[in-house]
Amino acid sequence: MKRVTIDPITRLEGHGRIEIFLDDHGEVANAYFQVVELRGFEKFCEGRPAEEMPRITPRICGVCPSAHHIASTRALDDLYKVDPPPAAKKLRELFYCAHMIHSHIAHFYALAAPDFVMGPEADPAQRNILGVVAKVGLEIGGSVIRHRSYAQKIQEILGGRATHSVMGLPGGVSRRLSSDERNQIIEWAKSEVEFAKFSLKLFEDVVLGNKAYVDLILSDGYAMKTHYMGLVDEDNKVNFYDGDVRVVDTEGKELCRFPARGTAYLEHLAEHTEPWSYLKFPFLKGKGWKGFVDGQDSGIYRVAPLARLNAADGMATPAAQEAYEKYFATLGGRPVHATLANHWARLVELLYAAERLLELAEDPDITSDDIRVVPTETPVEGAAVIEAPRGTLFHHYQTDERGLIRGVNLIVATGNNHAAICMSVKKAAQAVIHKGEVRPGLLNMVEMAFRAYDPCFGCATHSLPGEMPLVANIYDHEGRLTQTLSR
Amino acid sequence: MADKLKLALYWAASCGGCEIAVLDIDEKILKVAELADIYLWPVALDFKYKDVEALADGFLDVCLFNGAIRNSEQREIAELLRRKSKVMVAFGACACYGGIPSLANQFDRDQIFGRVYFDTPSTVNPGKVLPQTSYRVPEGELHLPTFYNAVYKLDDAVKVDYYLPGCPPPPSLIWTAVEAIVSGNLPPPGSVIAEEKAVCHFCTKRKDEKTVTAFRRVHEFIPDPEKCLLEQGIICSGPVTRGGCGERCLSANMPCRGCFGPTPEAIEQGANMLGAVATMVEGKDEQALAKALETVVDPLGTFYRFTLADSFLRLRNRSLTAREAERAGAAPAPKEVAS
Ligand code: SF4
Ligand code: SF4
Repeated sequence: MKRVTIDPITRLEGHGRIEIFLDDHGEVANAYFQVVELRGFEKFCEGRPAEEMPRITPRICGVCPSAHHIASTRALDDLYKVDPPPAAKKLRELFYCAHMIHSHIAHFYALAAPDFVMGPEADPAQRNILGVVAKVGLEIGGSVIRHRSYAQKIQEILGGRATHSVMGLPGGVSRRLSSDERNQIIEWAKSEVEFAKFSLKLFEDVVLGNKAYVDLILSDGYAMKTHYMGLVDEDNKVNFYDGDVRVVDTEGKELCRFPARGTAYLEHLAEHTEPWSYLKFPFLKGKGWKGFVDGQDSGIYRVAPLARLNAADGMATPAAQEAYEKYFATLGGRPVHATLANHWARLVELLYAAERLLELAEDPDITSDDIRVVPTETPVEGAAVIEAPRGTLFHHYQTDERGLIRGVNLIVATGNNHAAICMSVKKAAQAVIHKGEVRPGLLNMVEMAFRAYDPCFGCATHSLPGEMPLVANIYDHEGRLTQTLSR
Repeated sequence: MADKLKLALYWAASCGGCEIAVLDIDEKILKVAELADIYLWPVALDFKYKDVEALADGFLDVCLFNGAIRNSEQREIAELLRRKSKVMVAFGACACYGGIPSLANQFDRDQIFGRVYFDTPSTVNPGKVLPQTSYRVPEGELHLPTFYNAVYKLDDAVKVDYYLPGCPPPPSLIWTAVEAIVSGNLPPPGSVIAEEKAVCHFCTKRKDEKTVTAFRRVHEFIPDPEKCLLEQGIICSGPVTRGGCGERCLSANMPCRGCFGPTPEAIEQGANMLGAVATMVEGKDEQALAKALETVVDPLGTFYRFTLADSFLRLRNRSLTAREAERAGAAPAPKEVAS
C-alpha cells in the first residue's frame, strides 16, 4: 500500500498533517487529517479565578483572541447570573464586529484572493498577497492594510490592546467609550462599509465573472452534504454575539435550536475521540457518531461562514441582506453545500459586520456611563456560545463557591469542522489520485479545500501570502520513500 | 545601499498573536521588506528547512523567535536557528518567560489528557480512547509527535541575545527593535528591549500611599478609574513588571498581569509581587498580613501569570535550564521527555 504524507510545514509546531493511503490499485483507500497539537487549557485553567478567564483563554489563539475573550466574558455573565446593562452589551458587540472585520479581511485578501485573483494554476511565486497587490494595484493594497488596521484600532480603544484584550467582566465591560472615540469609530465604520462593498464587487468581477471558477466552486469534488450550525437572532438572522444556536439539516430544515447562553449545548452535542488526532470530533447527539460520512443520517455538521448563512434566514442589515439574497440566488438556493462558497459567504458577513459596527457606533447608548453591573450571585456553573470568525465557539466553566475554576470545557470553532475537513481532504485526494499516480495538482486541490475552512490550527490561518508550504511524501507499500512533492 | 539585513522570523509553541503583532506595524511592514531580506518566515514564506540548514553558520544577522518550547522538534529548530544567526531575539512573553501556556507546568501530561479526553462533559469516550504517538489504522501506521511534560522558555534551549517582552509585544516596541537592529544600534547583549522602570512608574493613576486590609477581585466592585488599582485593593503586577507596554491594560481600567516580565531588580517576578503585596497591607503584623493574603485567591496563577517557566519554582521544567545550556554550549536532552 502506498502512503502519501502531506505535512504542512513539517518542522513547525504541530498544527495539521495529512496522511493519504493508496490501495493495491493505486486508488485512495483512506485519508487522515491529524491535529498534532494539544495545550491543555481545559486543565491548566483549573484553580484560576473565573473572572480572569477572559484574560487567559485568548491565548488559545492569537488570530481570533477576541472571540475567546467575548465567549469567556459571556460565560461569566451566565456563571454569575447577571445581565449587563444595554450599553455594555452594545460595546461588546461593537468591539466584536471590529474583530470579525479584521479577521475576515486578513483571510480573504491574504489567503483566498491569491487563488482566485491569480488563479489556482498560477506560478506559486506569484500566487500570494504581493501578486494580488501587483495585479489589482498598490492603492487597493494600501486600502486593505488600512481597513484591517482600523478594525484593530477599534479593538485597542475598548480592549486596551488589539490582541488579547482585557475589558470583559461578568456583568459588563471595564471601560466606556468617549464621544471623541465614538466619532472616530463612526468615521472608520463608514469606510469599512464601503470597503466591504468593494470587496464583494471584486469577488463578483474576478470570480463570478469567470465561468471556470464558478464551475470549480460548484464542482462535486468540493461539495459535501452536511448539517449546518450558526447563531441567529430572534428573526433567524445571522448574529455573531448572542441569540440561539440553530442547526439546519442537509435540506435546510431546522433540526434543533438552543440558547447561546447556558449549558443546553450538552443536550445536542457530543465529542468523539480518535487515537490518531489530538483534536476531538464534535457531532450532533440526535444523529449519533456514524463515522466519517456525510448525509442526512450522519451526525457531522459544519460551522463558519458557509454554515452560518445556511443556518439563518437572512442578514439583519440592508446591504448584507441584498448580498445574502444574491449569494443564494446564484448558487442555487439554500443550503449551499459547496465548500469553496465559504469565501463568498465570508464577504457577505464582512459587509454585515461593517454595517452593524456603524449601527452600534451611532447608537445613542454607546457612550453611556452605565456599563457594569456588579454580580452578587454565588457562582456554580456558566456557559456561553458565540460565533468566532471560524465558527461556533463554546466556553463552559464550573467553579467552587468562591468562583475558582473547577472544570472547563471548550469546543473551539475549528473543532466543529474537524470531521468535515477530514472528509473534504479525502474527497479532494480521490479526485486527483488515480492508478497510483499522484498529480502535482494534489497539493493545490487539497490546500484549497482546506483553506476554505480557514482552519485555525493550520498555517493557513497564519499564512500571509496565501501560500501554505506543503510537502507530500509518497511511500511504496514497504514504506520506502519514492517521491517527494513540495513547493 | 550596502548589504541588506538578513532576517529570520520563527514561531514555536505560540498562539499566533506575536505574528499578528508584527502585521500590526501596518504600512511599515513594507519598509521592513525594503530594509531586510527575510530568509525564513513560515507564516509568510515557503519554509524550506534544508535551505536554512545549508546556510553558513552565523549567516543570518537576526532571528526573531516567538513561542515557547513544548516538543523536541521546536527545540531542534531553535538550535539550528541559533547556529545560523548572529543575534537571537526571544520575541514575546512565551519565548522570554514561558508565557501563559507555561501555567500548564502545574500539571503533567496524564492529568491534561484525563481532563481533555475523559472528563469534559461533552466527551463521549466509553472505550477510553487516547491519542497515541503511533497507531495502526487498517491502511497503515499513523504518528503523532510526543510532547515534553513541561513548557520551556527559549533560553532554556539556546543562548538568547535579546529579549523583546510582551504578550504580544506592542507594535511600537517592535518597530523600535527593528530600527535598532537595522541601524546596528543595539544595547549590550542580554538586554531586554523595553524600559528599565516598572509599569507603575509610567502609570498615570493617582497614588495616595494608601494601605489595605484585604484584597478584592476585579468583578467585585467598580474601581475609581483615576486611582491606583493596588491602593483600591485590586492585585496589579505594575510594581514588579517592566514598563514599556504603554500601560495598555490600565488604559482599559484593568490591572497589569505582568506580561512584560520582571523589572531588572525584580528577578523573580512572582516572589517580588508577593513582597509588593505584603507592603500594601495595613499594620504589617503577621496576623494582619496572613489575613490579607488569604484574600488573594490564586497567587500562583496571578503572580506567575506569564513567567511560570521562568520561576525558581521550576515545577516540571527542571532539567532544561539555561545554566546547563550555557555550560554545555547547547541544551542537554530534557529528562522528562515522555516515550
Ligand atoms: S507571547 Fe502572547 S501573543 Fe505571543 S505567542 Fe505567546 S501567548 Fe501568543
Ligand atoms: S499593563 Fe501589564 S499585563 Fe498589560 S500589557 Fe502592560 S505589562 Fe502587559
